[in-house]
Amino acid sequence: MLQKDIKRLSLIMLFTPFALWIALLIIIPHLGMVVLSLREKVAPRVYEYGLGNYVDFMNEPIYWNTLLRTGSMSLLVTALALIIGFPIAYYIAKIAGYRTRGALFLLCLIPLWVSDLIRAFGWILLLRETGVVSSVLQWSGLIGEPIEFLYNDITVIVGLVYTVILFMIVPLVSTLDGMDESMVEAGYNLGGSGFTVLRRIIVPYAMPGIVSGCIVVFMLTAGSYLTPILLGGKNSSWFTEQIYEQFITRFNWESGAAFGFLLLAFTSLVVWLGLRLTGQTLANTVAKS
Amino acid sequence: MTSSPVHDLECIDVSKKFGSVRAVDNVSFTIPSGSFFSILGPSGCGKTTLMRMIAGFEDPSNGDIKIKGKSVVETPPNKRNVKMVFQHLALFPMMNVYENIAYGLRCNGASKSEIEHRVRDVLDRIALPDVAHREIHQLSGGQKQRIAIARCMVLDPDVLLLDEPLGALDLKLREAMKIELKLLQHQFNTTFIYITHDQSEALVMSDHVAIMNEGQFEQIGTPQQLYHAPNTAFVAGFVGDSNRWSGTVAQAQGSDVKVETTAGLPLNCTLIGNNVPLVGEGVEIFVRPEFITVQRQLAKTDGDIDAGHNQLEGVIDSLLFNGANSRVLVRSQTNQLIEADVTLTGGTDDLKPGDAVHLIWHAQQTMCFRT
Ligand SMILES: Nc1ncnc2c1ncn2[C@@H]1O[C@H](COP(=O)(O)OP(=O)(O)OP(=O)(O)O)[C@@H](O)[C@H]1O
Ligand SMILES: [Mg+2]
Repeated sequence: MLQKDIKRLSLIMLFTPFALWIALLIIIPHLGMVVLSLREKVAPRVYEYGLGNYVDFMNEPIYWNTLLRTGSMSLLVTALALIIGFPIAYYIAKIAGYRTRGALFLLCLIPLWVSDLIRAFGWILLLRETGVVSSVLQWSGLIGEPIEFLYNDITVIVGLVYTVILFMIVPLVSTLDGMDESMVEAGYNLGGSGFTVLRRIIVPYAMPGIVSGCIVVFMLTAGSYLTPILLGGKNSSWFTEQIYEQFITRFNWESGAAFGFLLLAFTSLVVWLGLRLTGQTLANTVAKS
Repeated sequence: MTSSPVHDLECIDVSKKFGSVRAVDNVSFTIPSGSFFSILGPSGCGKTTLMRMIAGFEDPSNGDIKIKGKSVVETPPNKRNVKMVFQHLALFPMMNVYENIAYGLRCNGASKSEIEHRVRDVLDRIALPDVAHREIHQLSGGQKQRIAIARCMVLDPDVLLLDEPLGALDLKLREAMKIELKLLQHQFNTTFIYITHDQSEALVMSDHVAIMNEGQFEQIGTPQQLYHAPNTAFVAGFVGDSNRWSGTVAQAQGSDVKVETTAGLPLNCTLIGNNVPLVGEGVEIFVRPEFITVQRQLAKTDGDIDAGHNQLEGVIDSLLFNGANSRVLVRSQTNQLIEADVTLTGGTDDLKPGDAVHLIWHAQQTMCFRT
């Protein structure tokens, strides 16, 4: 009896902070957002409940174009992070020696020491018209006039890939680490070419890591604010910028809340589609990586 | 090429160095078609390294490896018709049984109907016709073992390499799999090269066994040859159980040698090897427990023992009962423990600790090697 009570008590004690965190910081604010987004201002200090904010979003192509653009650029960033991150992760997990592995992993973590903002300014120092890259190119005589590398989509994408790639590498390294080398050798031994082994053995084995890395990277990119604004300038048309504008510039909290909720719904939909297409479930992704 | 028969596998002076370590040192051997060949040796003697060179995962530092008469040193591993069963099997966990077996066929570009047919066929042959759509984690240890073999055999390899595949199984299953492997080899009639450090596996299953030590082959022969006619002290000590002494030569006449052990025991031995030792030279002496006869010391005299025998008096120290393989440990007057096989019937007549006994064995079964 006593044993059972202790068990129950410890369960409650462990569960309470978790429940509080979920309720206070996740459920209540989001419910608040949903409620807020459903209010419409009909007159000063008079509100009505309705879908008006969402209808406004639909009627204004700029808004949903920005959302689609953010979504597709985030997908591109995710794909690039995967393509660049996979070989790096494979090298760290499988090819590097025991000692180099630790050092390389640490190197990957170093950018996290520096805040997002500083890193973005670093890029600006490099890429602006009077920046390092432009000056070096001019000095070497490759270009005659200074070139502005900032404020275009490519720079935004490069900056974003740089910011998020770590979150791709870490789960990939941890899944690939668990892979038995003899499985790859068996793949070759049974007659597979390098490409077959990659496609039929390594990638399927790393799938949980790939999926969880992609989810994290996609969510981080779609929700990022600093990098697109600083590197893309005014025309970056990132959806978070719209949300910021609604809340801060126009002081229209209702429509800001609706936008925020739409971003959440949209990214969740993309993730769900991605999981369906790769035949993975969230549960086995989380369990294996 | 026309005169000499083509062997399935031929290794000529193969060596592998890792830095200063000679993992495999000038190994040469040939394996005739369709035989079961084992490589037996202690841990770290280079067995896996040799196997990996045959499969193509390591390049030999020098020497040549030929499969069906053709050198494969330049051939990449995925083009060699040598398949390997890995120590931990390395089945692909993300594929089911069918896909695991079909993988190699797909790599070879077989058609869908052919794959289907061949997979069914091989599953029938390993007597697991119903597991095709199971996941790997739903199989028992012995079933995984057989699937790993089927996955290789479906590709009709010239040689199948097995690297201690029974190492991960429990004792009971190991015993069963030993017999099963031998039967599978008969059925597929393919050359199997089996690596192990467990001598009973090697002796039970193989047509030929190579004993490996520190990167070199000490002796190649049938299990009987290795057991009854070892060439070196290492082989005599490694294969089977032995009583082992060291001593010095007291008198030598051809291969009949009289030796005195370090404990002062005089023994009549048979010398193995051609060089007759000098008096006073050191030798190693081996006697297998089953060749020692244990007799109770009764009133009977020991006068009828001829010169070709060794005889010793002692007291039984303990009984090691193990059914038909029971042994006694006898403490000799020179205070050494000697193992001897005995038959215990369970009657009152059986030997007991404390009994005084004679130990008798033939000089021909007393092997001695120069050190
Ligand atoms: N990649 C390597 N680099 C350096 N040394 C190696 C390497 N692989 C093996 N060795 C060394 O070569 C020797 C033989 O190793 P190997 O794995 O062939 O032994 P083994 O006979 O298979 O042993 P076991 O029965 O324990 O599996 C060992 O001394 C080992 O330390
Ligand atoms: Mg080994």
